[in-house]
Amino acid sequence: MAIMKCPSSVNLSQDFSALGGICQTIRTYACRPVNRANPSPIFFTHSSLRISRCSASVLSVTMEEEKEQAFDAGKAALLVKELRKSFSSGKTKSYEWRAAQLQSISKMIDEREKEIIQALQLDLSKPELEAFVSEISMTKSSCQKALKDLKHWMAPEKVSTSITTYPSSAEIVSEPFGVVLIISTWNYPFLLSLDPVIGAIAAGNAIVLKPSEIAPATSSLLSRLLSEYVDRSTIRVVEGAVPETSALLDQKWDKIFYTGSTRVGYIVMAAAAKHLTPVVLELGGKCPAIIDSNINLEVAARRILAGKWACNNGQACIAIDYIVTTRSFAPKLVAALQLTLEEFFGKNPLESQDICRIVNLYHFKRLAKLLDEDGTSDKIVLGGQRDENKLRIAPTILLDVPEDSLIMQEEIFGPLLPILTVDNIEDSFHMINSKPKPLAAYLFSDNDGLQKQFVQNISAGGMLINDTVLHLTVPTLPFGGVGESGMGAYHGKFSFDAFSHKKGVLYRSFKGDALTRYPPYTPEKQRLLKALISFNIIGIILAILGWSKK
Amino acid sequence: MAGAAREDGKPIDSKAALSLVAELRGAFASGTTRSYQWRESQLRGLLRMTDDHEQDIAAALRSDLGKPELESILYEVAMLRNSCKLALKELHHWMMPEKVKTSLTTFPSSAEIVSEPLGVVLIISAWNYPYLLSLDPVVGAIAAGNAVVLKPSEIAPATSALLAKLLGEYMDNSSIRVVEGAVAETTALLEQKWDKIFYTGNGKVGRIVMAAAAKHLTPVVLELGGKSPVVVDSGVNLQIACRRIIVGKWGCNNGQACISPDYIITTKDLAPKLVDVFKSELETFYGKNPLESKDLSRIVNSNHFTRLTKLLDEDKVSNKVVYGGERDPTKLQIAPTILLDVPRDSLIMNEEIFGPLLPILTVDKLEESYHIINSGSKPLAAYIFTNDKKVKEHFVKNVSAGGLVVNDTTIHLAVHTLPFGGVGESGMGAYHGKFSFDAFSHKKAVLYRSFMGDAAIRYPPYTDGKLRLMKALLGGSILGILRAIFGRS
Repeated sequence: MAIMKCPSSVNLSQDFSALGGICQTIRTYACRPVNRANPSPIFFTHSSLRISRCSASVLSVTMEEEKEQAFDAGKAALLVKELRKSFSSGKTKSYEWRAAQLQSISKMIDEREKEIIQALQLDLSKPELEAFVSEISMTKSSCQKALKDLKHWMAPEKVSTSITTYPSSAEIVSEPFGVVLIISTWNYPFLLSLDPVIGAIAAGNAIVLKPSEIAPATSSLLSRLLSEYVDRSTIRVVEGAVPETSALLDQKWDKIFYTGSTRVGYIVMAAAAKHLTPVVLELGGKCPAIIDSNINLEVAARRILAGKWACNNGQACIAIDYIVTTRSFAPKLVAALQLTLEEFFGKNPLESQDICRIVNLYHFKRLAKLLDEDGTSDKIVLGGQRDENKLRIAPTILLDVPEDSLIMQEEIFGPLLPILTVDNIEDSFHMINSKPKPLAAYLFSDNDGLQKQFVQNISAGGMLINDTVLHLTVPTLPFGGVGESGMGAYHGKFSFDAFSHKKGVLYRSFKGDALTRYPPYTPEKQRLLKALISFNIIGIILAILGWSKK
Repeated sequence: MAGAAREDGKPIDSKAALSLVAELRGAFASGTTRSYQWRESQLRGLLRMTDDHEQDIAAALRSDLGKPELESILYEVAMLRNSCKLALKELHHWMMPEKVKTSLTTFPSSAEIVSEPLGVVLIISAWNYPYLLSLDPVVGAIAAGNAVVLKPSEIAPATSALLAKLLGEYMDNSSIRVVEGAVAETTALLEQKWDKIFYTGNGKVGRIVMAAAAKHLTPVVLELGGKSPVVVDSGVNLQIACRRIIVGKWGCNNGQACISPDYIITTKDLAPKLVDVFKSELETFYGKNPLESKDLSRIVNSNHFTRLTKLLDEDKVSNKVVYGGERDPTKLQIAPTILLDVPRDSLIMNEEIFGPLLPILTVDKLEESYHIINSGSKPLAAYIFTNDKKVKEHFVKNVSAGGLVVNDTTIHLAVHTLPFGGVGESGMGAYHGKFSFDAFSHKKAVLYRSFMGDAAIRYPPYTDGKLRLMKALLGGSILGILRAIFGRS
């Protein structure tokens, strides 16, 4: 926050870390023709823009250096080889190694809280409380949960065995996959980078983390902090954008964990297929919220706001994407939202310190396009103000946008909230089910029957009744998508499981060796076996008698 | 042989596949498959079908693979029946939402994990256990409430045709279908969007399946194979060890099974004794002329016969045969064959054998075997025979494989409480018992809240007081909480 308000207080090292990010971003976008139309380093606030302008010469030198040291497929192959060697030394398998790394991450979060908050401020203008609650404390509690339960998670699970294999015992042993790649994203760049890393460490893997180049300050902070706090021989950060990610994806990994867009999800899975690498894909989708009329509207409105604008200004994979409510209730809902918005963000939300900015100009333009579409722009009932220079868009509510509008066809991922109306609240189910499965679905209703129907009929990664986004904080619930919103899940023990192979182990002794199992398969053996299999007691007796007669 | 069973003469193309999926999607959307009653009736149908047609199934397996009846009954019919029975017994329990604890952060609330069907799933199965490996995943898919398309293997045409016929008769055809065919048909099916693909087969096709799945973000289970090793320690009952290896190798479809022992590692000292016991036990089991034995499956087709003879005839390998080696191309039979000390760089040590050849590698010390195993791709199964507790522990800790068995082979497959599936090159995902149900279910997290207990601290504007209180709350510091509350008031 300090950085934003008085640029003079920015110290040199921070300038350089921001600069590093700029170089990478420019390099990335320079190789994407689409973005050539936007030649300015568009992804930063005024303070960082200022840095880049006044340091143009330094910038070009840094770019040259970076070009020489480009992280290519060769470097990626070397990195993986090195980590594979560390992994096969067995060190990551010990409880001690895992606990030590987790403890270090916990310590890192405590000691470097300020820097983390600053980086999030730089990347997203994330309000301190939001940064603290949704990134820092979530990561920390994830770490602590893993530390607390690690022994228990690691213990082989004894299971019962069947009569076929009597006498025997069996257990399921969790073993690390090996060397895993985690590609994370920019909206919760700290949490979504480290939360999967915690699971991968708990499960005993060697790790490469590729944070998002779209949140450059956090990316470089993660790179710096992890090399300081965790075992570098087994845990590494590779910074970069498309070329670096492609170089990484060319390698053979034992698991790839990707958080991001559906579009890149396809690419990651196709790359993984070449090496038969299992994947977890944490994607997004249009998360609906159904608002019934028989509710405590005041509380509901607050919770809707908490799950939209107070969630990184809607730039969250489980933020509410659109609302469905009844025609008659819509005006009341809009009024309540309006009141609460003013309570939260004041009369001029563009000036509010409690709301994130849009991450970069590309996304700002994308959102503006959704808003400006003919047939949509006249549906704004609240908000709509924007400031391109500050990359800010006010909380905006649209009523009754057409279903075939752009805003209803793609994931919004920003502060725009369309409200669709139906005659009967049940009609919303069909509307939701006609779209790809979202990562989350929300219902506000006091009607038990409707709640039941909702849970039974709507498919989504997860669902929450009478609140938004909080299911993310419950470690006993698997967090992950289905269909277009992804595959695989994590959080709590599910994170450990996502990075573990569940090895079935059966123990037998040399006792109890039944001849029936072995050839030659005489008709008597067949008779006995059939009787045994079907638990036909008379058959067994007959077969044994028949057998003994011989 | 391939495609011979397609008697309707209409191979399925992309368009036909598309309309098939659309039809099944319609059936799925109607909700039929979600009910307990539907799932139960379909599982009962499978069970009845297996009971009614035991002889037809055994006959088809004899035709496709020369499979001995006892093997067919034991490994295909009985296993499938067990799967169905278990699913029927546990279905209520499996379908029940799982209540889980919630955290303080969300108080007051309750939470559960709801298992819901993924939708319309594709199951592509293999030829070696064509009945079991087709229907065992179908049991899981039905139990989980999905609409299903099964593509049996064209390399076992009699079973493929039988499955098409029987499922047509016994199952609800609005939601469960069989598509017969080979590469062209499979390709047409793979172009479609499925909600899950379950493939049993080899790594080469596994890659194709996963690449096709990636285009639609479809999750996959890949049940592949690999070179499953057997480590034999000294000091064990060699007769029992050999019998259990034999039954997992030649007694399992003549080695044409994904979890058959692929090769043995033992110490130099023990190897000659081991070979002697193998010789006498094999003779007891299959007689002096195993090519005449009725208790061995044949090689599935001439392609595989040629592939296997090539492995056997390689220069540096052919002189390592210590037992067997006889073959009959007209009958597609190869006798149980043991090879001693084949070079590590030979063909036979570099691809999955999937047949009646069993190389024995020797090491000075048993520990070296871990290095040999771990230097290759991860196998679907790994076995060890030992009485030494330390060796057992070391093996379980250091050898990575889909599953492990100590002192026996292959029978972990019959333990439904163990997940069955590979890792690395041997596949991803697992099934059997409840794991089958889980493989075809989405685990939907559901959190219930009421309108009570709404804390203002969650919401903007974020005052310094709120920040202090939040930090204290999340840090669990009582003193901090008190201070923050005082500070605010």
